[in-house]
Order: sequence, then structure tokens, then C-alpha cells
Amino acid sequence: MFDIRRRAATVAVATMMLAAVPLSFAQAQDANTVVMKNFDFSPMMLTVKAGTTVTWKNMDGEPHTVVSPDGVFRSHALDQGDTFTYKFDTPGTYKYICSIHPKMMAAIVVQ
Amino acid sequence: MSSDREIDQSRRGALKCLAFGGAGTLFVLSAGILMPVDVALAASKKAAGAVTGTPLFLQISDTHIGFNKEANPDVAGTLKETIAYVNAMPIKPALTIHTGDISHLSKPEEFDLAQQLLSGLNITELHTVPGEHDVTDGPGTEYFNRFGAASGGKGYYSFDHDGVHFIALVNVMNFKANGLGALGDDQLAWLEQDLKGRSSSTPIVVFAHMPMWTIYEPWGWGTGDSDQAMSYLRRFGSVTVLNGHIHQIVQKVEGNITFHTARSTAYPQPTAGNGPGPGPLKVPSDQLAKMLGVTSIRINTHPLSAALADTTLA
Repeated sequence: MFDIRRRAATVAVATMMLAAVPLSFAQAQDANTVVMKNFDFSPMMLTVKAGTTVTWKNMDGEPHTVVSPDGVFRSHALDQGDTFTYKFDTPGTYKYICSIHPKMMAAIVVQ
Repeated sequence: MSSDREIDQSRRGALKCLAFGGAGTLFVLSAGILMPVDVALAASKKAAGAVTGTPLFLQISDTHIGFNKEANPDVAGTLKETIAYVNAMPIKPALTIHTGDISHLSKPEEFDLAQQLLSGLNITELHTVPGEHDVTDGPGTEYFNRFGAASGGKGYYSFDHDGVHFIALVNVMNFKANGLGALGDDQLAWLEQDLKGRSSSTPIVVFAHMPMWTIYEPWGWGTGDSDQAMSYLRRFGSVTVLNGHIHQIVQKVEGNITFHTARSTAYPQPTAGNGPGPGPLKVPSDQLAKMLGVTSIRINTHPLSAALADTTLA
């Protein structure tokens, strides 16, 4: 009996902590934003609703680009601190790369 | 700088010496072996036969006009210093090869300033290839407006100078997912055709931005389809491949082929794998000039050999 109460209490606390976690994630990075950091797109997969404008921001000392190989969107060369935005109206999965460092690959999923 | 008189003629010994890469190091490639030659000795009559040849060419690379961050807040300044250094060389190179990343962000004003500064070279003949920083907006854009005439807008072309056949290749327009550069089928077909019928004793100089051999694949330091290009070049008695992109000197000798990457005039990069990626490397400001520089190339025809000298600004 003692065990069950303790377990219930632990579960309750854990649930409260889990509920708090999404909030702290949202505060750590703006929603609908992808950053280029250490030669990676972060997050590598971002899911947004149709009609959302996504913002990319370059945090690296090296320029990056945001290029959809299908030609849907293409940024200029983004210096450190520069941003690029694109409004996704049509649902679908949009893969993209950095054309300067094409090992950097990511996708936006529009629902 | 003292030289090691006991020259180890084995390849391992030559490679050990290659790792040095300090100011004023001169290497003579002869019969497939690269030997270090003390610059002072080279200047003496005794060694004159070993190092005199026909024209001298200059390789400059990665000027990155437009870069302004910590690693070098004044890339125009270091380019001007480089040009002053070149203009003061006792023997004037016949032409300059720029192996790309002329600009940092492909912007018109960056190309404007770069061209303005480069016109300060007392060497009037300039041949360029683009780096990936020069073509961020794709084909037919600013780089090609300014430098595309030699190649009809394609970026790749060839020309001859004093018996040496120069080939300019573009390996920054066709990036594959593995991150390495690529030449593409059209350019490979053009290269094969360009070399057909040329005598194997014609000295060849190939220049392209990305390394034409795999130096470090995780950072994209290589060209995915260069093997095919090299297969067309292998029969020639002297092939010098000049590349940039990695902002440091790495060199490899394969039979009659010497591969060489040059320093930048803007900023250094970490050595392979020593950092999160191939970005600008900040060094103490009194060290910067020692990590920037140019390369002189002397092509000899009798015997058929190439001598490369990498020099730094300090």
C-alpha cells in the first residue's frame, strides 16, 4: 500500500514535469524557426500548419543558404545573424539543403 | 631558415617535409619525387639549373571580400598587403590564377571591391574560377556576369601560355548530397575532348576551387567525380592541380601529378576534423599574417617538372 501511494505520487509529479517541458522548449527557441548552428539545421524536421511563415537564422560564422532542390524556395547567402523567411501555404513535405554545404539537409512538414 | 641537408629521398621523407609549409619553402618535383630545396641554395648558381624554368605563375585564393567577422575584420586590407607583397617579388609572375571564393556572399559590391583591389596587381593577366561563395545565387548570376566571358558563361575553359596548357574547372555548381564538389558529365566530356590529341609532354596546369582529391570527406573536402577527370590527365608528363577552398596548404604527389591547395588571403580554417566544421578560425592577431599567403608556380620543360613555392605575408 505504501508502495502504491508512492508510485502514484511519483507518477503525478512526473506528469506535471512532462507538462512543463513543452513550455520550456518553446521559450528556448522561437516556434517556426530553424537555426543554422555548427553546420546543422536545427530542428532537422519542423512541422507547421499551412499558412505559417518559417524563419531561418544563421548562427554560424560561415554563411549558409536555404535551398529547396525542387525550386520552391531559395535564399541568398546568409551571413552570421542574417535571416530568411518563407510562407508555406500548401501542405506537403519540403526538403531543403544548404547549397554551400550540401551535407546539411532538413525538411519542413506542412500540415 | 636552415635546411636539412640530408634529404631523405624516400616518399615518406618528402611527405614529412611537406608538412612544414612555412614561409619561403620551395619544392622541386623531379622524376616524381618532391625534394625540399633551401631557398638560399636555390638562388645560387649551383642550383640554378634545378630551379630555373620557363614562366612563373601566381596562385591566389579565397580572398572572401565581404567577410568582416572576428577571424579577420579587414579582408580587403590583407588582400592589399598580399598584392603589395606580390608586386615586390623580384621576378614578376606572367599571370595570376585565382582559385575562387573571390567574394564572401556573391554580392555585386563585393565583386566590385575585389576587382578593384585585384587591378592593383602589376600582373595584368588574371584567370579565375568560382568558389561556392561566388555562386550562391546559382548559374548565370553575378560571378558569371563579370568573369564568365572566358567560358561563354559555363565557368570552365582552357588556354595556353608559353607552352603550358591551363585548364579551369568548376566543381562548385553540382554539389551532391555527400557534400563533395562535382564536375558533372558535360564538363567531363568537355575535358576529355580538350585533352585529346595533346602531346603528353605538354605541361598541364589544372585549377579549380574544391580539392580535386579527397582530403576530408566529412567536411566536403574533395570532388566526387574527379577520378574520371584525373584518368584523362594521367598520361601527361607534368600535371599540376591547383585548388583552394580549405584555406591551408595540403599537398599530394601521385606519379607525375602534384595536387596542391593554397592558403587564403582572408582567414585560416581548422585542420581536418579539428572543429565543428570548415569555418573561419580565429587566431591571435599577431599570428594571422603567418597563415595567409600566395603560391608561385614555375613550370620547367627540360626536365619536365613543376616547382611550387608557398609564401606567407609574415
